[in-house]
Order: sequence, then C-alpha cells, then structure tokens
Amino acid sequence: MRHSRLWTWHIIAGIIILTLLGLHMLIMHLEALTPKALNPAGGEAVDWANVVARGKMVFFMITYILLLGAALYHGLYGLNTIVGELNIRPGLKRCCAAVLTLMGVGLFILGSWAAVAARTAAMKM
Amino acid sequence: MSETKKMIIFRVRKFDPAHDAAPAWKTFQIPFTKGMTVLDGLHTIKQTQDPGLAWRYSCRMGVCGSCAMLINCKPTLACNTQVSAVSEKEICVAALPNFNTVRDLVPDLTPLFEKHQAVKPFILREDKTEMDNPTGEYEQTPHELEAYLQFSYCIRCGACMAACPTFATDRDYPGPMPLAQAYRYSSDTRDGGFDERMKAVDRSSGVFSCHFGSECSAACPKGVDPAKAIQLMKRRLVWDYLRLLKKKKPCDLIHGERATGRRDNIPEAPEYTIPQK
Repeated sequence: MRHSRLWTWHIIAGIIILTLLGLHMLIMHLEALTPKALNPAGGEAVDWANVVARGKMVFFMITYILLLGAALYHGLYGLNTIVGELNIRPGLKRCCAAVLTLMGVGLFILGSWAAVAARTAAMKM
Repeated sequence: MSETKKMIIFRVRKFDPAHDAAPAWKTFQIPFTKGMTVLDGLHTIKQTQDPGLAWRYSCRMGVCGSCAMLINCKPTLACNTQVSAVSEKEICVAALPNFNTVRDLVPDLTPLFEKHQAVKPFILREDKTEMDNPTGEYEQTPHELEAYLQFSYCIRCGACMAACPTFATDRDYPGPMPLAQAYRYSSDTRDGGFDERMKAVDRSSGVFSCHFGSECSAACPKGVDPAKAIQLMKRRLVWDYLRLLKKKKPCDLIHGERATGRRDNIPEAPEYTIPQK
C-alpha cells in the first residue's frame, strides 16, 4: 500500500483540526471578534440561547463530525505508528492496525450519530 | 635531559563472536604524537601491544568510508578524526552500533548494502541502448546539478545508519543513507525511475518512519544532510499523491552545435573480472 496516502491524510487531518480549533477559539473565547451569525443571541457564547441556536445550525453539525473524523484519524494513525515501532511481530502489528481501524470507525459512527441527535433535539426547542 | 612523552589511553571494545560471550573493553596506553589520528593510534596498538586487534580501513583520507567506528560515542571516520580533537586523555573506540559485529571494530555492513541496493541507486531510463552504449552526454544545467550534488558526496560509511534512532529500533526501516540516495537519484534530471524507486521507500517502515531527529546529518563525516533528503522525499511523495508534482521527462542528449560524441581519449572499460549474470 502507498504509505504516502495515509501520511498525506494525516497532515490534512492535522490542518483540519488546527482550523476547527481556531474556529472554536474564535467563537468561545474571542466573542468580540465573533460574527453575529455564530452567536445569534448576543451576549456570552456559553449562554443557553446561543448554545441552542448553534445546535440548530447544520454548519456546526458538519464541523462536529468533521472534527471528530479528523481527530480520530490523526490520533489513531499516530497511535498505529507508535505501535508499529514497538518491534512486535508483523501479525500482531496487522492485528493492532485492524483493531484501531475498527475502533476508529465505531467511534466515528457513534459520534456522528450523537452530533445528528443533538441537532434533532435542538430543533425541537 | 630526557623528554617525557605524552601518553594517551585508548579503550577499545573487543569482541570475537566465535569465542566471546559478550564484548569487553581493553585499555591500551600509547604515546601521543602531534597530528595523530584515531586510525594511527589503532595502528600503533596493533604494532606494539595487540597484534590481533581487527578493524577495517583502506584509503586513510576520508574517501573510502571503510574505517567508520564509534569514537567517544560518536560514529565517525577514524582516519578523519584527530586524537587531540576528541580528547586529551582517553579515547573510547567501538564498532558501529546498529550493526552486528564481525570482530572487534569491524561491523557487518551487509544490511546497509542490501538496503542501498533495494532503492536502485543508479540512473534508470527507458533508453537502454543509449545507457549501454553511450553516444553523447545528457543535458543538465549547473542549477539542476545543485539539486542533488551534496547527496552524491555520500561515501556509504554507515555513520548515519549507526546514529539513526529509527534504524536502531526498526530493522525494516531503510535508514538515512539508502533514503538519501533514493532522493539523490530521483532528483537527478537524467533519471526517470521515480515511480520504480518509490516502491522501495513508500511503504510501512519506509520513508515516513523518519522522526527527523537529524542525528544522521550531525554524524555524517562528509557534510551530507540525509535528514534534509528524507524530508524532501516526503514532500515529493505527498505532492505526487495529491497529483501536484510536475513530472518531467528525463533530460535528453545534447543536440545541435554543443553535441559532443565520446571523446577519443577516454579509455575503454576493462574486461569484467568476475562472470556477469
């Protein structure tokens, strides 16, 4: 398998994480600079009205899923690399890679479901 | 009036796998002379105190790369290292780490040469006829030469492999020297073997296992920067995957007025001394 493909996505995932964490900093901690659309109720970002308003937006649901996917891929790829450097048998290495992949896919499905469910709940409020 | 000679202590790690269970350090005291290299010191020990001491050397001037060994915990060339530059009192000498020891200071460099061979360290082109029977010179500008020139100064001494922390733990990793050579040939405008060569390095335990510790570059006695070559190789592979790499055809023979055939004063290659497969 071309390892450059995995590595390239590792870097892309890192860039996505950095960008979305920057967005998180902007919204949650630099309220004076935050566009009105991201904190529609005004006031503090952690006010209940703002939390519900953001929860209703498709944009935030997508960014949650994107951040989850990027963080899982970036972290589990790094973990797989560390496991690969432990001088273990090739069979065990492949087994660890398979377990980490399944774990990543499972957590991604669970997290994505949670993000969609949170928006559904917010829409009812 | 008698002159007191300055003495220096050499601690040499001796090991004969055929007879010894484990390596053992042996101490020698020899007279220090101005300009003395570590290789000179080993010769003095062999001539005066331990005729059985084994090490590998050839050119004595930092060109062949045979005498790489661990000198005061640093992998470097014994012929290129002045005793006075290392220590005034004691020099510790051992075989290169990350390799098996054949005897005393002689490392078994078979893995190094196997990994080197795997990256196809030669010009790969489709025009086999021209390669076998050259009729002229390939066109390459000085600027294009600069792209790989420093990596071509590698003498395959193995110092970088001995310093590499990744190679120390992962024997499947190609190591700094083969990876630097893979980049050196892939960045040569005369070469067209990037895709073929990448099969050897773009894999698990391949080029992406490098942690960029740069110990290889610090250890290189010829000033080559293998860590840089590895990072450039990573970038090239990422660009290639994203289809952003501008792939050029290998350069052509020089045509027109500047075209020169083979000069008359270049002697023919001698006959092979060993049968060819």
